[in-house]
Amino acid sequence: MRTDFTAEQLADPDIAASEKVLRNCTHCGFCTATCPTYVLLGDELDSPRGRIYLIKDMLASGERVTADTVKHIDRCLSCLSCMTTCPSGVNYMHLVDHARRWIEENYRRPWDERVLRIFLGTVLSRPLLFRLSLRCAAIAKPFSNFLPGRLAPLFALAPSSARPASPTDRPGVFAAAGERRMRVALLPGCAQKVLAPEINEATIRLLTRHGCEVVVAKGSGCCGSLTHHLGQQAPTLGFARANIDAWERERLASGLDAIVINASGCGTTVKDYGFMLREDRHYAEKAARIASLARDVTEVVETLGLSPPTLSAGAAKRRVAYHSACSMQHGQRLHAGPKALLAVAGFEPIDVPEGHLCCGSAGTYNLLQPEIATALRDRKLANIAGTRSDLVATGNIGCITQLAPGCDVPVVHTVELLDWATGGPAPKALSAG
Amino acid sequence: MKIPAPDDAVLQRRAEIVEVLRQIVSGEGVIVSEAERRAYESDGLTAYRQLPMVVVLPSYVDQVAAVLRYCQKNGVKIVPRGAGTSLSGGALPLADAVLLGMAKFNRILDIDYDNRCIVAQPGVTNLAITQAVEKAGFYYAPDPSSQIACTIGGNVAENSGGVHCLKYGVTTNNVLGIEMVLMDGEVIRLGGKHIDAGGYDLLGVMTGSEGLLGVVTEVTVRILPTPTTARALLIGFARTEDAGKCVAAVIGAGIIPSGMEMMDRPAIHAAEAFVNVGYPLDVEALLIVELDGPAAEVEHLIDNVETIAGEHRATEIRLSRDEAERLAFWSGRKAAFPAVGRISPDYYCMDGTIPRARLAEVLSRIRGLSDRHGLAVANVFHAGDGNLHPLVLYDANKPGEVERAEAFGADILKLCVEVGGVLTGEHGVGIEKRDLMGTMFDESDLAHQQRLKCAFDPDGMLNPGKVFPQLHRCAELGRLHVHAGRLPFPDLPRF
Repeated sequence: MRTDFTAEQLADPDIAASEKVLRNCTHCGFCTATCPTYVLLGDELDSPRGRIYLIKDMLASGERVTADTVKHIDRCLSCLSCMTTCPSGVNYMHLVDHARRWIEENYRRPWDERVLRIFLGTVLSRPLLFRLSLRCAAIAKPFSNFLPGRLAPLFALAPSSARPASPTDRPGVFAAAGERRMRVALLPGCAQKVLAPEINEATIRLLTRHGCEVVVAKGSGCCGSLTHHLGQQAPTLGFARANIDAWERERLASGLDAIVINASGCGTTVKDYGFMLREDRHYAEKAARIASLARDVTEVVETLGLSPPTLSAGAAKRRVAYHSACSMQHGQRLHAGPKALLAVAGFEPIDVPEGHLCCGSAGTYNLLQPEIATALRDRKLANIAGTRSDLVATGNIGCITQLAPGCDVPVVHTVELLDWATGGPAPKALSAG
Repeated sequence: MKIPAPDDAVLQRRAEIVEVLRQIVSGEGVIVSEAERRAYESDGLTAYRQLPMVVVLPSYVDQVAAVLRYCQKNGVKIVPRGAGTSLSGGALPLADAVLLGMAKFNRILDIDYDNRCIVAQPGVTNLAITQAVEKAGFYYAPDPSSQIACTIGGNVAENSGGVHCLKYGVTTNNVLGIEMVLMDGEVIRLGGKHIDAGGYDLLGVMTGSEGLLGVVTEVTVRILPTPTTARALLIGFARTEDAGKCVAAVIGAGIIPSGMEMMDRPAIHAAEAFVNVGYPLDVEALLIVELDGPAAEVEHLIDNVETIAGEHRATEIRLSRDEAERLAFWSGRKAAFPAVGRISPDYYCMDGTIPRARLAEVLSRIRGLSDRHGLAVANVFHAGDGNLHPLVLYDANKPGEVERAEAFGADILKLCVEVGGVLTGEHGVGIEKRDLMGTMFDESDLAHQQRLKCAFDPDGMLNPGKVFPQLHRCAELGRLHVHAGRLPFPDLPRF
């Protein structure tokens, strides 16, 4: 695609990187058809190709950022379905990340949006604060009608009770059962361990059972995705640097074979640390090294080889609709692996029709764009219902919280099933039902 | 490339036109701001760009009819658009026209297995039609490479082809009926769920009319049972000429593969980088030959094709082992155009058709033209039906390269006509090949084609500036005389 940046603009390394991305786009339009918002809205402005145009003009014009442009870029889920479809290899992720940052720095949003975005970026990424907020929300829920505009749905979506902290939340080392085959650091995460501490617990049981020593490194926490997708650069890089420092300390002290991430949204971001910090001369090299060690938990289990299932045939043999999270299938290009593991574990994985379309969760998207998020969720739930499965498995907490409340069957994390099949307890969502 | 000068009188009424459109289509369906219109300034042919006056995205047929009726009465031009994947600039906007986007018409209306057809709104993608019926063992045969995104309405407008058209025909051979809106707002139906309608074949006239005659609002297409067996052969050649001769020999032997495609070295490398299916990288030309039908027939034909390939010095022959591998063989070919984006910032995709027997000669002459114009070329094409898609590689950021790419492309198309072929196989004339129409048709031919246009759209409001190199007023065509090759009405604007 033709671009018109001046030499002066191209001196900015971010503009230079985006210019390269733009030049790869041939405007073929293949991406439009697999974009969830285009499928819903039928407007090219709400498709990757339209957004690429809007971003190109926004970056190149140097003029005031308009509300129209912001509207369409805000509607992007960052599901990256377009990147799977794109034959020209356009790195839309880097482009839209840049655009979100640009908007954050050059555009003044209405006050209620500003409050909501600061709140989401600050609270969700900090487990203590998030847990506290959930408790407050439970009390405040009846009064949520008094809140203005965009703030009311926050309370509507808050779960009615916050879960207590799990022992796996604290930094520590979990020894491998039997011979140690690998030593890995687990990203402890942020919102997930408040909403579903059982996922980290199942991950640690599964990995240690397969000969992994698992470290929760002191100082590691939120990966930065939440603020990254809100365009908030400073806190994002702060989170990234804190994790890099924590894992580098651990690597230098006792060695690390991998960094394990069990929320695919976070995995996509950690794998991109090298790019995000490429201009930081103190961190660029370390960031690239950490990014190269990052693995989704299913990748590590694949490497280790899943031990033979111990579940009785009756308990297994369940039809599991595998909901491939966007960050898993598009962000990290992992699709066949998790399904194959479920099959080895004795389950019957079923593909969900329109599996490439996002469920509408997309980090904080369901809070920021509730109409589109709800339409996508309902479409996904209908597709899941059509598979007539006994349960749903996915590798991302965002999808679980988006789908579980409206789903007729339990929605669990893939590792909970793998843990169960190889000797762990039944997933909480199953035993509750 | 010149397009008709914008009508100032219309531009001055822009605010009023926008207001009326907003009454017809509410909410975000009318796009006015410059930043937002900018995203609609071109289609798949990015060499040409033009900001539309306003974009309207209706959701219902009566809205389409109301827009057209208003525009007809008020002298406002219309440019229809589907998914905007045209490679001939068919959906290129005009500065003084309403861009009518049909993407919101994206529902399948009826799947009728008893009549073996499917009824869809025009904005449904080509691939979505096959996906809707594949579980029941059916598919829609025409499969343009952009099938993941291009719409069935656009397929009707362009009479689109695809790799399987060699055996199953192009869009016109697979469409059974349409509903369309004429420029005066009248909604008519042509054909239905049955083969052939009484009277003149107006459906045939509409298919491939490039948005100049009416706006399609519903399409009924034939679906076919999926062949019981389909296998694909990858055949590599050290010399492009051998590949070209092999194609002619396969067809000459009476074999009709369901697809016979060719890629040259740059295209093979770009496609392989995207799909990683194991295309041989050390060959100059690669054929993908697919045979389908009952297993016994397919096996017999595979033997024949392998023998012919051997006689033409094929260096590598690989047969797809299973369905997944067959689809993998095709995936690279289908993505080959945009995959070229990996080796060149811009490309200009040509679309000419030649008699198959001249393939080897034409390919070698294209290489000569490539040297002369100083621009590289990657060849990806439907070899089986002689439909060439040379991709001229250029960099739009380098001054003068667009013009050189255009000149190179024009030379390729002239070459196609010179050897007895035609200007377009399946991408349409659009804006891209408009000025080359004179290479193929004389003034009398063109005037008669325009008289057909006049029957549908007497004021020339639908997609003007496309297809015809010279603008005629319909009244003048009524008394057109061509004498001794002299141009009639030399005072009329040519653009």
